[in-house]
Amino acid sequence: MPGLESSVAIAGIYEYPKRLVGDLSVLGIKAVCAQAALDDAGLAWADVDGLYDAGETGLLGVLEFAEYTGISPRVIDATAVGGSSFEFHVAHAARDIAAGRCNVALLAYGSLARSQGRAIGVGSRLSAGPPTATSNMEDPYGLPLAGGYALVAQRHMHQYGTTAEQLAEVAVAARYHALRNPDARRALADLGIRRDGELRVEDVVASPLVADPLHVLDCCLISDGGGAVVLVSGSIARSVRPRPVWVLGTGEALASNDNGGDLTSGAAARSGPVAFQQAGLRPDEMEVAMLYDSFTITVLTILEDLGFCGKGEGGAYVEGGRLRFDVPGGPAVNTDGGGLSSNHPGMRGIFLLIEAVRQLRGQSTAQVAGARHAVVHGCGSQLGGRHSGGTIILGAR
Amino acid sequence: MAAKKTEQAEQAGQTERTKQAERPLPRFPEPDTAEFWRRTAARQLTYQVCDQCSRVVFYPRAACPACGGRTLSLQVSAGLGTIYSATLIRRAGHPYFLQRVPYFVAFIDLDEGFRMLSEVIHAADHTASSLVAKRVAVSWEEHSELSIPLFRPIAT
Repeated sequence: MPGLESSVAIAGIYEYPKRLVGDLSVLGIKAVCAQAALDDAGLAWADVDGLYDAGETGLLGVLEFAEYTGISPRVIDATAVGGSSFEFHVAHAARDIAAGRCNVALLAYGSLARSQGRAIGVGSRLSAGPPTATSNMEDPYGLPLAGGYALVAQRHMHQYGTTAEQLAEVAVAARYHALRNPDARRALADLGIRRDGELRVEDVVASPLVADPLHVLDCCLISDGGGAVVLVSGSIARSVRPRPVWVLGTGEALASNDNGGDLTSGAAARSGPVAFQQAGLRPDEMEVAMLYDSFTITVLTILEDLGFCGKGEGGAYVEGGRLRFDVPGGPAVNTDGGGLSSNHPGMRGIFLLIEAVRQLRGQSTAQVAGARHAVVHGCGSQLGGRHSGGTIILGAR
Repeated sequence: MAAKKTEQAEQAGQTERTKQAERPLPRFPEPDTAEFWRRTAARQLTYQVCDQCSRVVFYPRAACPACGGRTLSLQVSAGLGTIYSATLIRRAGHPYFLQRVPYFVAFIDLDEGFRMLSEVIHAADHTASSLVAKRVAVSWEEHSELSIPLFRPIAT
């Protein structure tokens, strides 16, 4: 695969600051975020010629969004693989821009999950449409989304001796970062999170169990939210205002729980190496890692699958606050507070990209001094079942 | 506003309780799984084997995921297996499962080489952790046209 060095950059980002949006529709949130991200890039509405959409407003959502915004793209990509869709969009936009098919690619996201009372983790997951093979084999057993992740965590504990206290370290580090981020602090208050201060490992393991071995504080919060990312070609990147953040490598994979397969290893084990190889970089060269934290176990398995430690060593790896931005020995993980303590409206993948860009611009509220490289990994749908993995390597050069 | 919401939820909960919500069942027509569920009426737990590459296939489908082969033979499992992983579900949204919490859900590796999702029953003396690697046997929950395969721990 050819390298991407200096051909595609992220030039604009925007994260909607509130977690209870109030008076905007989902399309409205997307449009507001898109405008702000274009403004951040120093570009205009009419410059957009590539549109990428995760389908959160419906299967044909990209048509609706193009109409709503009046954007008339030459490249259209509606890849919808869950919360990691935006990592896939970056991979596709990089490919499309490098091939000269478009020059300004827009990714936008909006959600009113909290206001609409969507119980993402423990709600009924019965399929609404016509039956399928999988709905007929799974619906009778009542496995909520959180349950799939719990099955991964339980197996990880059985296979490697991982403990609840080790999983809790992921939530503790996320909260440590969230408390430095004013938007996350307000989120914790606005969303009525009962324990909104610093978290200790014992707080997490003492919180009520949702699906053993996962406690409520092992689970991400549910918010409204939105965001947008603008990718541009190298020539545009050099002429716009903010410091460009280069896309250096991308990898995509899908995985499922196959007969005899190892549940503790996910799609990241295949998307990660592809992305690192294309970037010509190693995990230990990443100062920042933005890893999808739907649940604490998600981060643990992604760290292993991306190669920050060996398979089964994730528990010991995260001990002692290693994921914190101010603790050496590994990348700073989820420095905005993550889905666990800042923002999870259902599809968090876009916020992973936004915070990675903030870090590489030197604008994070938990800034790693002189951060030059970041890895982003989105995990979509249900780890422990069918899921997607998208890995993106970003660099400030 | 918040108080009203709670009231409505309570009313909905009461209606569901008096109705005695039932386990969600497979729906038909669904060509891939129709034969699997038809056989459960006779308490047969079936899986497929690809005629072309001999791969064990589960859940049932029209083409082998290993080689694309279109001829898959249906075999009957002895219904014995080992729990690969288990969780105790304590929160659920569906009214049937809400009245059932807490309940065990597990991936079971059947001795014939396929893995299936199911519920583990008669496991009150277990935790999710202690169920992992335990031997189980299929246990049928009868409904009018089909039976649901569940699993129970067995002595080894």
